[in-house]
Amino acid sequence: MILAGDEMATVKEPNPAFAESIIKAGGKTLNLCYQCGTCTASCPSGRQTAFRTRKLIRKAQLGLKEDILPSDDLWMCTTCYTCVERCPRQVDITDIIMILRNFAVKEGYMAETHKKTASSMMNTGHTIPLTNDYKEMRKRLGLSEQPPTVLGDPKALEDWKKIMQITGFDKLIGGK
Amino acid sequence: MTERYALFLGCIAPLRYPGIEKATREVFKALDVELVDLEGAGCCPAPGVIRSFDQTTWLALAARNLALAEKKGLDIITICNGCFGSLFDAAHLLHEDKQKVKEVNKILKEVGLEYVGDKIKVRHFADVLHKDIGIERIKSKVVNPLNFKAAVHYGCHFAKPSKIKQLDDPERPSILDELVEAVGPKSINYRDKMMCCGAGGGLRTRANEIAMKMTEEKLANVKKAGGQFIVDVCPFCHLQYDRTQKDVPGYNIPVIHLSQLYGLAFGLPRENMGFESHHVPVNL
Repeated sequence: MILAGDEMATVKEPNPAFAESIIKAGGKTLNLCYQCGTCTASCPSGRQTAFRTRKLIRKAQLGLKEDILPSDDLWMCTTCYTCVERCPRQVDITDIIMILRNFAVKEGYMAETHKKTASSMMNTGHTIPLTNDYKEMRKRLGLSEQPPTVLGDPKALEDWKKIMQITGFDKLIGGK
Repeated sequence: MTERYALFLGCIAPLRYPGIEKATREVFKALDVELVDLEGAGCCPAPGVIRSFDQTTWLALAARNLALAEKKGLDIITICNGCFGSLFDAAHLLHEDKQKVKEVNKILKEVGLEYVGDKIKVRHFADVLHKDIGIERIKSKVVNPLNFKAAVHYGCHFAKPSKIKQLDDPERPSILDELVEAVGPKSINYRDKMMCCGAGGGLRTRANEIAMKMTEEKLANVKKAGGQFIVDVCPFCHLQYDRTQKDVPGYNIPVIHLSQLYGLAFGLPRENMGFESHHVPVNL
C-alpha cells in the first residue's frame, strides 16, 4: 500500500544542539529516559487531551525544536509531578517541561491570557487585580483594605518592577 | 507567644478569598502562634505560570521574597500550595547551586537586598500545624466539633516533588486526613484522591475548559464517595473547585480551606470565615 500526505511516515532530522541546550538549562536527567511510558499513563491531563508526556520527552531528546515549541501540548501539563514521582529513571520531567516552556516564550510563543497574567504580576505584584468588591470584603472582615504586600507599598513595587527590568521580563512579555 | 512565623499571603487568598487570610490569622492567634506580616512581599511568583515563562525572573522574585523573611529572621509560613512550592523550590535550588545565589544577588543588590541562604525555612501551614503544634494541642482548642464526611484534597505541591519536600508519602499521605479528623469530620477515601484539581501549570488561564474537565472528574469522584465538603490547603485549588461548580451543573459541594474549618471548630465568629466570597454556599 502506498501512503500519501498525512499518512506518510516521515523521518525527522534530530537537532542535538537543541537537546544539549535543554540539558544545559537544567535538564540534566533528560537522557535517562528509556521511554517506558509510565509518565503518560500517570498524567491526569493526558486523560483529557492529546498531550503525551513520553512523546514530548522523546522529542526533547531528539531536539525536535520546531515540533515542541509552537505546540499547545507543551502547555497542557499542570505541573502536578505525578509522573516525576513514578518515573523509574528519576527524570525531572516537570522541570524539563518548564525549561521547554521558557524556550517557547523566548521564541514568542505565549498565550494572550498568559501575557495578561504576567503583566498583572509585573505591574501590581500580584497575578490578579484587587477589585473594589474584594476591598470592601476585606474591610468587613477587619483586614486592611489592601493586603500588606507590594500592592500598597510604592517603594516595594518600584523594586519589584526594577527586578523585571533587569531580567528583561518586561520586554519578554511584550509589556511596558 | 512561643512560635513566630512570617506570614506569606500570595495572591488568591488576600484578593479572592480574604476569609482564608482572616481565618488563618485568627486560628494561629487562638493557638498562641504569632504571625508577622511580610511587608512588601509579592507574588511567590506562581510556579506554573511565571516559572514557565522565565526561570531567571521567577528565581529573582522568589529570592526577593525569601530575603525579606531573612531580614526578619523568621521562617516563612504559606497558606497556599503554589506559594509553598515556589518558595520551597527556589530556596532548594539556591541551596544546591551557589552560582545561582551569586547571579540572584547581583540583581537583588540593585534593590538593596541580599539573599544569604539557609537562614530561614519555607513552611506550609498544614505542616506547621501537624509537626510543630501537634494534634493534641489542636484538639484542646476544639469547642465546636464538626460532624460531616470530608473529601480531603491535598493538591500537588504540598508533598510533591517528594524527593525535596520530604513531608509525607506522595501517593498515600496522611497529614491532612489527620488534621481534618482532629476537629471532628470523617475523612473519606475517594477515587483519584491525589489527582490534581486541574488549575495548575497555567492550564486554568490558558485552557480553562480542559482544567474544568479535570475538576469535574474530581467532583464526580467526591460525590460518588459521599463527600459532603471538600477541604483544601490551597486557595488556587479552592478557587478551582468552588468556581467550576458555577459552570458545571449537578454539583453543590461546599469548598473550605483548612484554616476556615479550624476557625469554625475553634468557635471563632462565623462571619470572620468570609464564606460570602464562596460560590457554593457553606452551610456549617
